[in-house]
Amino acid sequence: MGFCSIVIALVNNDAPNQNKHKVGLEIHQQLDSNNKLFCNCKIVDSPEYDFTFKRILHPTQSEMGSYDQAAVFESKKIKTVKYLSSKNSNCLIESDEEPPEMVNTEALDLVLTISLALHCTIEDELHVMRKIVIDGSNTTGFQRTILVARNGYLDVDGVRVGIQSICLEEDAARIINEQKDAARIINEQKDDTVDTKIFALDRLGIPLIEIALDPISNTPMFVTNVAQTIGRLLRATKKVTRGLGSIRQDVNISTNGGAVVEVKGVQQLSQLALVIEYETKRQDGLNQIAQELHNRKIHESAFIGNIIDVTDFMQQSNSKIVKKILSGDSRFMALVLREFHGMLSFEPYQGIRLGKELGEVAKSYGIGGIFHSDELPNYGITGEDVKSLASILKVDKNDAFVLVGGPSVLLNSVISELTNRIKKAFSGVVAETRSVRLDGVTVFSRPRPGSSRMYPETDIPYISINENRLKELSKHIPLPWNEVIDQLCKKYPINRTLAENIFDSQYFSLFEKIARHTSINPSFIISKLTEDFVRLERQGYDCSILTQNDLFYLFEQLDKSRISKESIPIILEKLLRNEGSSVNEIIGTLGSEGFTEDDIDGIIKKVIEENHKIISQKGMDSIGLLMGRCMSILRGKVDGEKINKQLVTRLTEHLNKS
Amino acid sequence: MNTCYHKTNFTKIASRDFIKDNKSTHNLLIYTLYKVIEILSNDENHTKLKELFSRFNVNLGDSVIIETDNAKHEGILIPRYEYADVNHLVLKLKNGYNIGINLGKIKNIKKSLDKLDQIIIDPNVNFTEGDKSRDYADSQLSNLSLLSTGGTISSKIDYRTGGVMPALTAKELNDSIPELKKIANIDPEVVLSEYSENIRPEHWTLMTKRIADNVLSGKYDGIIISHGTDTMHYTAAALSFALQNLPIPVVLVGAQRSSDRPSSDASTNLIGACTFASKSKFAGVFVAMHHTLSDEVIACHVGTRVRKNHTSRRDAFHSIDISPFALVRKDQIELCEQFTDLKFNERCTNLENFIVRSNFDDKVMLLKFYPGFDCNIIDYCVQKGSRAIVLEGTGLGHINKECFEQIQTAVKNGIFVFMTSQCIWGKTSLTVYDTGRDLLEIGVIPLSNTTSETALVKVMWCLGNFEDKEVAKIMTSNIANEFTNRIITA
Ligand SMILES: [Zn+2]
Repeated sequence: MGFCSIVIALVNNDAPNQNKHKVGLEIHQQLDSNNKLFCNCKIVDSPEYDFTFKRILHPTQSEMGSYDQAAVFESKKIKTVKYLSSKNSNCLIESDEEPPEMVNTEALDLVLTISLALHCTIEDELHVMRKIVIDGSNTTGFQRTILVARNGYLDVDGVRVGIQSICLEEDAARIINEQKDAARIINEQKDDTVDTKIFALDRLGIPLIEIALDPISNTPMFVTNVAQTIGRLLRATKKVTRGLGSIRQDVNISTNGGAVVEVKGVQQLSQLALVIEYETKRQDGLNQIAQELHNRKIHESAFIGNIIDVTDFMQQSNSKIVKKILSGDSRFMALVLREFHGMLSFEPYQGIRLGKELGEVAKSYGIGGIFHSDELPNYGITGEDVKSLASILKVDKNDAFVLVGGPSVLLNSVISELTNRIKKAFSGVVAETRSVRLDGVTVFSRPRPGSSRMYPETDIPYISINENRLKELSKHIPLPWNEVIDQLCKKYPINRTLAENIFDSQYFSLFEKIARHTSINPSFIISKLTEDFVRLERQGYDCSILTQNDLFYLFEQLDKSRISKESIPIILEKLLRNEGSSVNEIIGTLGSEGFTEDDIDGIIKKVIEENHKIISQKGMDSIGLLMGRCMSILRGKVDGEKINKQLVTRLTEHLNKS
Repeated sequence: MNTCYHKTNFTKIASRDFIKDNKSTHNLLIYTLYKVIEILSNDENHTKLKELFSRFNVNLGDSVIIETDNAKHEGILIPRYEYADVNHLVLKLKNGYNIGINLGKIKNIKKSLDKLDQIIIDPNVNFTEGDKSRDYADSQLSNLSLLSTGGTISSKIDYRTGGVMPALTAKELNDSIPELKKIANIDPEVVLSEYSENIRPEHWTLMTKRIADNVLSGKYDGIIISHGTDTMHYTAAALSFALQNLPIPVVLVGAQRSSDRPSSDASTNLIGACTFASKSKFAGVFVAMHHTLSDEVIACHVGTRVRKNHTSRRDAFHSIDISPFALVRKDQIELCEQFTDLKFNERCTNLENFIVRSNFDDKVMLLKFYPGFDCNIIDYCVQKGSRAIVLEGTGLGHINKECFEQIQTAVKNGIFVFMTSQCIWGKTSLTVYDTGRDLLEIGVIPLSNTTSETALVKVMWCLGNFEDKEVAKIMTSNIANEFTNRIITA
């Protein structure tokens, strides 16, 4: 669903520490442009992939001669990346096989216009930069990005919120769940090792606007409102893409001036408040853990004890999990933490523990096998095992230890990252990038990248912005959202709620198309495209699989009276249940085909004929009963209103005759 | 220069792709820095910027606060591309983004107390951390010599002097491509520092001599030449003729994506080249580049049969009229089906048959015939003292009858005229049509399926090392697989 159609009911105004944290929002919105940002490929939905290739990415130095720590982190778990490319939506440029074309002016003009609408100062000259990203999501190993404007503002609920910067960027490739998408890959050779990441290139290069806001110290509700206001401003341009994934928020959260944690990829507005709540709680928890370490007088430089290979011992264990981990070329290492007994499971808030943080770090390397002494015995590791380990590791009752099991090649990196993470626990919150789950819980993904990741894109000349261009663009500043809604209400005409619902939805352009090409009542179209879809989603259907072409065809059939209004939800459900390959096929199975005006008339006449006794008793009052009989034959096939009208005509005739 | 630019090491393989102005992307910053210093001192156009800098007593690399009509910008002054306009300066902001500021709007520039460079350069982040580099030779591994010729495979930049110092050590190389130290002990050496398009025949002579020295030293199991890709196939052909009966492989390698990009093909190509050079059963001159668009398989092509066939793709290099000689997949070398059609010696330690003929005479013209070709160009070649002309004819090797007179004059003047085809693939055949038979009659010598680039190089080499009376015979003999005896249908 489009991001603004989510009800903001989950916002908790009583979130803890609401005035101590700062939230910086970064909003990424896909632009609805004809072409991609740096090539002439069209933007095509869900193509088939007809070509694959593999790459290995390496970290490179910034122009200042330093490496970005996030890039270095990614490179340590370097993997082969496989890319799926499609003739329809990809050329040599997305494969990093050809220099980029000049910046897409349509997209740039739109970003300039939005910058003007947000009262920003536009840079005199724009420089395309390479932001190093070597997780595989960009074939080049960097994302091209242009700082377009800075220092603007917008007013939300009477509060002024600063705009830090506005950038024009290229979207990244889409990570692929192989099983789900396998069907779409043609000519596939099955030779992949497990550690291959897979990305599809159709999304790579789509222009994105990134709007970064000044940190906000306000309620999660307010932050959500800010995001919604910006989303609506963007949609008011009518030149942005709608639908899931077309708008994404990164949220930077810090507590009490501490380190900034970047939560990436919040796709739904309803998640925003949940993320803020979870993160502020987690950060407060981490600070309490730091305090506890301090209270226990554990020394930051002296807590690390032995690091010992315990593979031989672990091989004796009967634990199924341990056996599974050791089945490949894997080893087990133990890391002793002096005086740490109880620290790893110390839990200032439910679910906030140092042990969990360590588990997430290990998981980011693809290592699931991490156990610590505070949670043992468990997982099939017995009390006996723990005792023996304690003696092998020479730990006393005040110490703790962590067991890490996984591929030998990774273990050293993981252990060093874990010790790093524990060291950082002494100062509380760690500056890092985290991903987010639907319930708002955040998970470690990598250290926070710094400015070292920026390198000039030497393939594209500088772009000078002159005053005339800005003057011309300022004429196209979108109307405020309220006025756009007013206009919609007048144009169709529809009521305000419907106008708001459809305008926030991903089906807005579809709605306009249907309303333009058919004579169907606009309010009816909207209620189908919004309320019916919300209902179907609640029933657990994934409405995103319905294509706009299918939906348009469906309404066209209604307009031609080939189907009835009532049959629309039935057809939609059948489509969602995959009970037919096309709308046409499903309409066929409904049997509504062949019901001509004459047929309907015939059925009505027959019903009147069969019930003439009742009619003679009740007269016009028999209409309800007759309607019921007609509907039992024609339900879902012919529009009820139409039947009713015809029935009234025929019944009147019948009564007049007799 | 301000010392905020720390000394840095760049590892580069020569490449000049993805560039707009015929200057290599790699080291572009250094290059521009260099250029800006030049521009600031020489170019009239940049007097504005120079004046501005001296007025406010600031310099490139300084952390500054710039005040304009409507804003305050904080950042580091950064060099500007040479080809950019003269009305802006470049500032690197704290967040890493660069922007251009219109000089006309600048009211004031003052040095910032905030040491931005220290924010930007985090000394704790060190990629090579924990990576124990080789300072001794592993006796189990083979020894390779790596000669860098173009751009630089690695260079050290001294920002204080603005100089680019080639400074390649085994440690630096191994640091940037850790896989290499598992393949061979590599001795890097800088021979030249030229962009591909600036390579001249005298550079081939220089390379030949340096390779010969290293071969004769007996220390090496193979030699790698890093080279810009644009003219790598010319150099490969030159070395193939100049170094005959090599006892070890000589492998040229380049990169289609410069090594300042995380996606650079430099390291996979280099790893493939080193694997081939240390393990190949056969000796000779080869070019090692990507076989496909994937960082997986490296193709080793025959030095005289290889051609750059695409401006930008990683797999731009193809063997013409034949399969590649071998493919390197991980640490395995697979000889391709057609290697038996080629004449290569097995690797040996015997240096007796090794022949070095390192001279090249560049008084040779390569002329491509086209509709509207001005035949007087041939007369011009004669007047300018050319000793040979290689024609790139149409189809089987034809050229308009109107030019026959000029060709005849050239031949009568003792100039060698050779025929190749602009079709790239396939052999010339001058006996099929009248035109061809007439050309043969005049004395034009067809070169079968020698590529026109290889033909050009071979003529230069013939003229440089042999007497005129031998030239025609050598040109029509198969010296280094420049002719293939059969072209298979696949
Ligand atoms: Zn494209």
